[in-house]
Amino acid sequence: MKMPGARIVLECLKRQGVDLIFGLPGGAVLPIYDALYDFEGLRHILVRQEAAAGHAAEGYARTSGRVGVCLVTSGPAATNLVTALQDALMDSIPIVAFTGQVPTHLIGNDAFQEADNVGITRSCTKHNFLVKDGNDLGPIIREAFHIASTGRPGPVHVDLPKDILVKEWDLVWPDKIQMRSYNPNYDGHPGQIKRAAKLLASARKPVLYVGGGVISSDASAELRELAELGQFPLTQTLMGLGAFPMAHPLSLDMLGMHGSYYANMAVHHSDVLVAVGARFDDRVTGKVDAFAPNAEIVHIDIDPSSISKNIKVGVPIVGDCRRVLGKLVEAVREELRGGPAPGVHEGRQQWAAQIAEWKRDFPFRYEWSDDVVKPQYVMQEISNVTGGEAFIVTGVGQHQMWAAQYYRFKHPRMWCTSGGLGTMGYGLPTAMGVQAANPGKLVVNIDGDGSFAMNSQELATCFTEGLPVKTVIINNSGHGMVRQWQRIIYKERFCAIDLPGIPDWVRLAEAYGCVGLRVSKPSELVPALEKMISTPAPVVLDVCVDKDECVFPMVPAGGASTDMILAPPSRVVRDRAARSQTGF
Amino acid sequence: MQNGNEPRKHTIAVLVENKFGVLSRVAGLFSARGYNIESLSVGETLDPSVSRMTLVVRGDEFVIEQATKQLHKLIDVIKVTDLTDESHVEREMVLIRVNAEPSNRAEILRTADIFRARVVDVTPVSFVLEATGDEGKLEALIELLRPMGIQEIVRTGKVAIARGPKTRVRRGEPPRKPRTVDDLKVVGFAD
Repeated sequence: MKMPGARIVLECLKRQGVDLIFGLPGGAVLPIYDALYDFEGLRHILVRQEAAAGHAAEGYARTSGRVGVCLVTSGPAATNLVTALQDALMDSIPIVAFTGQVPTHLIGNDAFQEADNVGITRSCTKHNFLVKDGNDLGPIIREAFHIASTGRPGPVHVDLPKDILVKEWDLVWPDKIQMRSYNPNYDGHPGQIKRAAKLLASARKPVLYVGGGVISSDASAELRELAELGQFPLTQTLMGLGAFPMAHPLSLDMLGMHGSYYANMAVHHSDVLVAVGARFDDRVTGKVDAFAPNAEIVHIDIDPSSISKNIKVGVPIVGDCRRVLGKLVEAVREELRGGPAPGVHEGRQQWAAQIAEWKRDFPFRYEWSDDVVKPQYVMQEISNVTGGEAFIVTGVGQHQMWAAQYYRFKHPRMWCTSGGLGTMGYGLPTAMGVQAANPGKLVVNIDGDGSFAMNSQELATCFTEGLPVKTVIINNSGHGMVRQWQRIIYKERFCAIDLPGIPDWVRLAEAYGCVGLRVSKPSELVPALEKMISTPAPVVLDVCVDKDECVFPMVPAGGASTDMILAPPSRVVRDRAARSQTGF
Repeated sequence: MQNGNEPRKHTIAVLVENKFGVLSRVAGLFSARGYNIESLSVGETLDPSVSRMTLVVRGDEFVIEQATKQLHKLIDVIKVTDLTDESHVEREMVLIRVNAEPSNRAEILRTADIFRARVVDVTPVSFVLEATGDEGKLEALIELLRPMGIQEIVRTGKVAIARGPKTRVRRGEPPRKPRTVDDLKVVGFAD
């Protein structure tokens, strides 16, 4: 039976198991919206700006483990979507993005709302397609979902010219996907796994360094088994948070530029470092020559191009984190059977004592104030009030780092943050996607006043679509992270950072039909948080915090982890930070 | 990433799906990293759904390893082979329009003969020569013709094939049936 291409797109989505799409209509995709009018079983959430559709799809994907889908029109809609695509690419989030395109005979003619969509998204997607024949719709959509969700996950873009959507075609749906050019390797090399196990078993100062790949591959159980089996201390990257419960005695919290002192010290002094689903990002390594200088490094990753990209790795294992960790647990158990080699046991005891000492002496800390709300305190109370059971989404900036430092993560897939790209404005739209994927659950968007302003229009979506996202604005009247860098590295030459108290976030929330609350004293915080959580509508809680607060510890960009600044720096420390500023 | 390797030219053969957009994916991968492609040629293979690209890029071992991995990562790329350190044959073709005054016509023809170049166009004042060979041979020919007055040079990209009886086929497929050769032991360096 023949049907319009637009209808075929929807049928394919349904066969692919999609029940929710985020989108914004426009000329080139109107045939799809016309088909959607009486199509059963597919919820459409109308966003207010196209990037929000992409971020919402990311939030949906990260927390549900399924592929997120968004649909926008040609030209400016596609270019707006680019930020979300690059964000998903850097954080390995599986989404499929559909864009409209002018009819095939007009492509390249500078037609109205035309852009070279596939040309533009080529470098910010895992793969993209331009559909030039309606018979390819089924196979292409099938492949798009396959590519997005397998291997190292990522965004896939499908560009749909209007005439393809209008003309009638047969629905072609391949039974299975066979791609000779794309066959990700899931099982790690057994010999390499054995080498890694031997290293771990004989290590005196082992550390596991785990990233977002553990979340993507749902490997938390295997990871925990490995850590507990060998009592290996474990640190998580920003993207990996939730992979391992923070309350666990082996947890060293987050590492990197704003990571804990003990995590960075443990990595720096380790003799065997096992990276699992992490990619040695510059915000983690700092100066690469000084990163874990004495460690034999094992790297487990599904993406071969991540291996030895930044740091030379001794034992590379290409494979799915879950499968490799499963095998590694067996191999380590085998190695430990004969008991530890001479000296290992004593070494491990000293190592555990050393780490306990670092943890005791240099915890995350801030100075309490009775008068002004400290942002770190907000994070602690959000963590307490939610019991670590909420979905947490953040924007980008200081508040993001404080959330990562002070929220006590318990479960995987409950944390969404823009790690690789650092996309300000990511918070609210992503939280919408999270809420849509998890109806009835508590979703808290921790945002900054600068970051929230970039996509605050999505409060309208939250209201109209019944998505009761709770936003906590850490309001320091400015771009706090930039202010921090200008304070510490650019000698307090503050420039272009002030955001005076407009808009009034409470009134803005109310203008959008949401509930607005404000806190300006520490004593008001907990009641306000409780009220926020018990309100069934979307809420914006504006917390006015100390604008001079900085995120510590801090490793200046391009510095070694031993250059870490622990507290508001003296002039001497500041000059040293400026000198070590070789990165960005 | 530290390494002591000197940058050098690498010849990389890439089998890709014969689809539109693949060339820009491959080219974009290099341009996005600020690497220059020195030469590139593309053509269909025995299987018309597969194209073969031959790339010449300059880089140290780290750059080339990353480039190779990134090439592999492209969905439309079937196979990547760095031929540089393997025994292989490289060829490119050049067309040269050279001034041919009566005084040096004979000299040009002699030179062409030595290099097994052919005259493919003649006017009273010029020749167009066609020559194939590896880079060194073509450079030498150009240098010898330069004093006569070269007007224009057009070079193809380099193409390269591994020496030996084995065909480099797609991953996961049995090799194509080899052509009947009486004595496979004769693996010649005929040229």
